[in-house]
Order: sequence, then structure tokens, then C-alpha cells
Amino acid sequence: MARVYIYRKFERFWHWTQAILIFYLALTGFEIHGSYSFLGYEQAVKSHRVAAWMLLILIAFSIFWHFTTGEWRQYIPTFSKLKAQIRYYTVGIFKGENHPTRKSPKSKLNPLQALTYLGFKLVMAPMLIITGLIYMFYRTIDANNMVIISDIPLETIASIHTLGAYLIIMFAIVHVYMTTTGETPTSNIRAMITGYEDLETDDDSSKATDTK
Amino acid sequence: MQKVVFSVIVFTLALLALLRILYTPPLPNLKEMKLRQEYAIKPKPAVDHSLFPELQKDFKTPQEVTEACIGCHNQRHKEIIASSHWNWERISYIEGRGIASIGKSNVINNFCIGATSNEQACAKCHIGFGMGSDQFSFEAARNVDCMVCHDNSEEYIKGASMAGYPDRSVNLTKVAQNVGRPQSMNCGSCHFYSGGGNNVKHGDLEDALLSATREIDVHMAVNGINMTCVDCHSAENHQIKGKLYSVSSGNENRLTCDHCHTNTPHMDRMLNLHTARVACQTCHIPTYAKVNPTKMEWRWSEAGKLIDGQPYHIVDTITGAETYMSIKGSFVWKTNVEPEYFWFNGQASHYILGDKVDSIPVQVNRLMGSASDPQSKIFPVKVHRGDQIYDPKTKMLIQPKLWAAIKGDSAYWQDFDWNLAAEAGMKRVGLPYSGEYEFVETEMYWPVNHMVAPKDMALSCEECHTRHNSRLASITDFYMPGRDTNAGIDLIGKLLIIAAITGVILHTLGRIAASVKNREIETEVINTHQ
Repeated sequence: MARVYIYRKFERFWHWTQAILIFYLALTGFEIHGSYSFLGYEQAVKSHRVAAWMLLILIAFSIFWHFTTGEWRQYIPTFSKLKAQIRYYTVGIFKGENHPTRKSPKSKLNPLQALTYLGFKLVMAPMLIITGLIYMFYRTIDANNMVIISDIPLETIASIHTLGAYLIIMFAIVHVYMTTTGETPTSNIRAMITGYEDLETDDDSSKATDTK
Repeated sequence: MQKVVFSVIVFTLALLALLRILYTPPLPNLKEMKLRQEYAIKPKPAVDHSLFPELQKDFKTPQEVTEACIGCHNQRHKEIIASSHWNWERISYIEGRGIASIGKSNVINNFCIGATSNEQACAKCHIGFGMGSDQFSFEAARNVDCMVCHDNSEEYIKGASMAGYPDRSVNLTKVAQNVGRPQSMNCGSCHFYSGGGNNVKHGDLEDALLSATREIDVHMAVNGINMTCVDCHSAENHQIKGKLYSVSSGNENRLTCDHCHTNTPHMDRMLNLHTARVACQTCHIPTYAKVNPTKMEWRWSEAGKLIDGQPYHIVDTITGAETYMSIKGSFVWKTNVEPEYFWFNGQASHYILGDKVDSIPVQVNRLMGSASDPQSKIFPVKVHRGDQIYDPKTKMLIQPKLWAAIKGDSAYWQDFDWNLAAEAGMKRVGLPYSGEYEFVETEMYWPVNHMVAPKDMALSCEECHTRHNSRLASITDFYMPGRDTNAGIDLIGKLLIIAAITGVILHTLGRIAASVKNREIETEVINTHQ
């Protein structure tokens, strides 16, 4: 085992800011949806919009970061060990088996993670951002009699936006739980905070094979 | 350590900078301030009528006063004669009916039903003298009543059941010398007391407006900008701005708030966007009939009960409002009423005498509009409900003869005989009456426009944008965030979350069980070694 610097500063800043914003957007969003009353409708709407713009700015920076650093390659899905990974979470983990894939700064995500996060980035996030922007600029006729968006029924936009929100909450629940499946229940979260994680190195694995 | 302190300082500065950028200080609403300044200066009369030699005489009849008026204002009577205040009807194009002339002379209301055959009493609110029957000449200029609108001495009062003539006690000379710009009481003498008492019909127009506080009406408040009716309802060439949809049907010459306030009156973009589909009144008049009660129900079917052969009435001891009158039936009064809400595009259709009833309850007037009509806005409305006399054979509402000076003239208020009243009334309007009558449920729609509350008392967002008890719960033809949901999406979403939580719990339990079991195996392994 070796202490490896795996999550860089921007990555951690991006991750936690995004987490806070998504949590806040969900909190205010479901108030706007009418699920409960917390901040008051007016405040909920206003701060939902502010948080949405903040998230959009953050996403713009993160996209830039991903492409300039080449980190976007982390999300290229590989199917080679996908089955093994699924088998690990459904069977292996209960038998005390080792992770079928190894985590390293070059390959931070296991195949199942890569696929899920790719889905998050290509399906869930665009679904919420696009419908969110349409929702934000939705007008039947605005004060200057300019028709901006009126052909798509608001119900459709709102429904898709809400569905995206439900999906992201489901993602968040599973995502938080999955962090506990590391070396120790807190090692993954600790890594996302400090940047460092104790990872198996090539030496470790060769030793492990040796003992067998 | 230094690094931590440095990063905390940088983070704090960044946060403060962000807050400063996002913070917008409350800006003054310049539009509103300008209006306040404009209406703070009250118009002063240009002339003093009491000094005119033409008015230094003892006027014997009100027509003499009118002749004196016309003596100088020698074209104004023509404007009056062209107005609906005089004609009690106007020609308009009505959706579904075509061109029709409608007004008080041929529509029905949900209170005293109709003026025809009862002119002697109803003409108390006609701006003329002597409209006691259908023989009235609408061309006679000397019958125009200038004083009822222009008296500034508060001396003038129309007599009860005198066909529009002033009460005999009125000092006409004093009135003639004190004419001027109409005061609120001039309009109010009819518009506050229509239907037989204060605030009976409108609910938002009553004599409490003459001494209102800002909480009752921001515009007319004596401790506020203290405006009068004609400040808004301006009357260039006696064409008074504004529509009353109990008798009007067209979407022209309307008076709306944005004439002064523009359609972007708020300092908040989100609120300004509402003005496209929500009338100002909807949020800014949370309740009407704020001081005195207004009639919400009127059941003619219960009229005619007599005690020892004599009519009687019952008065609510708390409000002083009559809840039963033998001549009229039973009433329900309410104070501080939350309006009902409807789409309205400025057009209304009416039940016109002779129309066949096509739906029950009969809507004696119907406001048009829907979510899909871009001209429609959501308006607050007083809906007055009741029942009226109806001919089941001809399927027509009946215009009964209610008023007469003496018994034996078929008038219901004297003889308490519906049959005779129906026969006499329908004969007068030239419509058939089968000899059979019953009572049918009726509704009348009064858009609420007055008693605007101060802005901090306007509706808050969540009074409409809420799942339960939304003010707009009855308008279901559009999707409103906060009120509406897609049941299917909500179900799918909830199932997804339940599935995720269940999965997580089961997986955790599985891992705990497995780790316990694995430890046991380990222990056993160790044991065997020993």
C-alpha cells in the first residue's frame, strides 16, 4: 500500500461545490415542486435560480478543466471488467473478495463508475440543464409582447426537469453509499477531502499473488 | 498552518466579492414616485359658478337648471345623449351573438332582476328626469340630469321612486351654483348603493371608500393619495373610461391599472412577467367588502312569506344587514370575501330577455376567456348566486313587474302574486308567458377592481403556488408550478428513491452479515491452528 495523491485541488473543489449546489437545488427545487414548504416559495424560486447559475458557471470551469488536463478520458467506458465489477458488488463483496479493478491516478474510476458518471454527465445533467434553462426563460408572452418560448407545454418541461431531479437524488443516495465500499468505509470520502488515498501499488499486487 | 490561514482569507474574500456582486440594493420605484407626485396635486376649478349671473335665480324645476347649463355648455348634452349612462344600452359585437344593443334596458341582473316595467323606481339611477315608463324621450336635452354627477355641494339627491327627479327637499339654486368636477360621492350615489343598499352589488364599491384608510383602498385613502373616481375614470367628452361587465360586453374603452402603472410596475422581473397573464387585481385585491358586507346570495324563491298578511323583514343584529325581506326573498351577506378567479379577456356575454336558458345555473352574464387565449388574464371575480323566476315552458327567465305605487297593479311588491307580476312584466317586454313559473339557480359575475390593498398586503407567491388550498385551485386549464404535478413522474420518482434506499439498506445488511460470518470463519481457522 502507498499514499497516493489522487484528487487534485480543483477536482476536490469542483466535487464538493457541485455537491453542495446540487443539494441546495434539490432542497429548493422540491419546494418549488410543492413537496413541502421551507424557505417560502418566493425565496425558493429566487435562490434556486442563483444556485442554478452558480452551478452552470462551475460546470463551465469543470468542462474546461476536464479537457485541458485530459481527465475526460477517465469517463471513457470500458466493458472489459464491467461484468467482474458488477459481480463484485453483488456477490464478491459479501465473500470478502478483493476489488476486481485497481484504482490509480490514471484510472480513478472502476468500469461501472465510469459508465455511471458518463451517464450522469451525458444524460442526467443535460436533461436538467436544458429543461432548467427552458423553464427559466419560459414565457407565454412577456411584458413586451415578445413570444419567447410557448410551443412546448410548461408541464412537459417541468415533468422532465422533475424526473431528472428524482434521478439525481437516486444517484446521490447510491453514490454516497458506494463511497463506503472502499478499503475502509471512510477511505474514499477521506480521499476526496484530502486528495490522498492509500492505494495498492504494483508491488502490493505482486506480493498478493505471491502469497497465493 | 500559514497555508491554511492564507486559503481561509482568500476564500473569505472570494465569498464577500461574490455576495457583493449578487447583492442588488433595493432601488426606488421611480414610476410609482412620479405617479404619487402627479396625483398629489389636486385639480382646482377654473371658474366659480356661484358668480355667474345666469345662475342667480330661483330654479323651480331641475329642467330649468339643465337649460341654464346648456345656455353656456351648449354642446355637452349631445355627448351625454350619446352615452350609455343615458341610453342604458350600447351597440357592440358579441362573440357568439353578433351585433347587439345591450344594457340595462334588456339584460337581467341577479338582484332586482331588471328595470323594465319598474322604471319609476329604477330610474333613480338614470342620469335624466322622468324616465318613468317606456315613453321616455331619449332626445330631450332638457331631461339630462347634469347635477347628479356635477353637484359639489352634497345637496343634490334623487327622490325615491320619482323616475329620476330630485327629491323635493333639494335646493336647486344652491346645487346649480356649486357644480364642478364630479366627486366620489357623485358616482357613489348610484354605484355604491345600487341593488337597494350600500355595497349590495359590487362588493368593492361602497361608501366606506369616502373615508377609507390605505388598508381599505390605497388610491382613495384619505390618509393616502386621496384620489377620486374620475382621477382614473377620466371622461374626455363625457366618454367615461372603464367597463362594468354586468352590462358591458366589449373589450374597448376599458380602464386597466397599466394605464397609469404600465405593464412592468414592479422592481422585480419575475413579478413583471406575471402581468402578461395575471391581472393586477388578482394579487393586489386579496379580499373585497373589507368594511361593510356585500350580498353574495339572493333567493327570490323564498319571497312572499307574510306575517298576518303583512310583509316583514329580518335584520342581522350584528351587521345591520337584512337577511330576509318578504318582497325580495332571503339574502346571504359576507364581509372580507376572498374573490373567485376566472380567465377574462374583456368580453362578456349576457342573458338577454327572450333568450332560451341553455344551462343551469343560468349565468346572467358570462366572462369569456381561457388559458389558451393570449388576451385572457386571470381576474378576481365576485360571483353572486341566487335563484330567479323562470318559465319552464318557454325556457325563459321572467322579467317580473315588481314596483307599483299602489296595490292591484300586478306589482309583486304590492300584491305578492308571482303569476300576475310575471304576466304584467313579460307583457311589457313583449315576450310570451305560459302561465307557469318556477325558480331556477342563477349566477352573476362581477370582476373586482377596487379596494386595492397596500403592496405589503398583496397576495404572496405561495397563496397560489401551493399544492393545497391554492387561490387558483379552480382554474385547471394550465400548469402552475407549485400547484400542479405530473402524477406519473412523481410516482416513478418516488419508486426510484424507494428502490435506491431499499437497495442500500439490503446491501448494508448483507455486508454486515457477511463480515460477521467471515469473522467466524477466520476465528474457526485460528481455532483449528491451535
